[in-house]
Amino acid sequence: MSAGIAPVFAALGDETRLELVSRLCKGGPLSITRLTDGADVSRQAITKHLHALAEAGLVSSSRQGRETIWELETKRLAIAKRYLDRVSTRWDDAIERLRAFVESE
Amino acid sequence: MTDTDRIEKTTLLRAPRERVWRAISDAKEFGAWFGVEFDTAFTPGAHLTGKIVPTKADPAVAKTQEPYAGAKFEIWVDRIEAPRLFSFRWHPFAIDPAVDYSSEPTTLVVFELDDAPGGTSLTITETGFDKIPLSRRKKAFDMNDQGWTAQAALITKYVASQT
Repeated sequence: MSAGIAPVFAALGDETRLELVSRLCKGGPLSITRLTDGADVSRQAITKHLHALAEAGLVSSSRQGRETIWELETKRLAIAKRYLDRVSTRWDDAIERLRAFVESE
Repeated sequence: MTDTDRIEKTTLLRAPRERVWRAISDAKEFGAWFGVEFDTAFTPGAHLTGKIVPTKADPAVAKTQEPYAGAKFEIWVDRIEAPRLFSFRWHPFAIDPAVDYSSEPTTLVVFELDDAPGGTSLTITETGFDKIPLSRRKKAFDMNDQGWTAQAALITKYVASQT
């Protein structure tokens, strides 16, 4: 597993955080108030999860007046997707080599 | 490919099943097409350390493997059930000598063979991408085991929405 990817996958391995990313994906950037709306966990817990996501580079925040606005860092998600694509492509290549090897006789 | 918790590939190989079985379950033969040289045989539970050598199956690919020649390559053999299933754990395509993979978790790779009209059906699955370690900065995320499925679905959806 390439080094920079590990924290991204780890950060996404939680239902609440995944939901936060999903909401930011569909309707971001969003204020902490909007992100807490309808959630069944406290604003404090949401904030903690957002900081965990920020630690992995998946979201970033900015201040707008008295509100904190959270935004998705789309590049990091794309990196995770690319990693899996790369492993997948390497298998495609390996299969073609196996094919050449067993079908040549 | 990335919409589940696994990478899965199925292909038809136009060769008899025993031929394909030998190519995947014999360490020397595996090495010949994959591009790795092992000094011991595959046995269940064995930890093999090999080194990358350019593949003999494809000159163009051999050239791309040249920079990695000699790099250490490890697998941990899981099951060998002739002529049907061969599995091992590894660090996925961990061939960059600049990276220390030893502290990373491994994924499980399973080769499965079946008879098929005109040859042999091969399915390769690789699982365990969700068992990735916490941040090395030791900021403990309270990771639970939601699995790769949801994460990959999300990433796929995200990427689709960008195009």
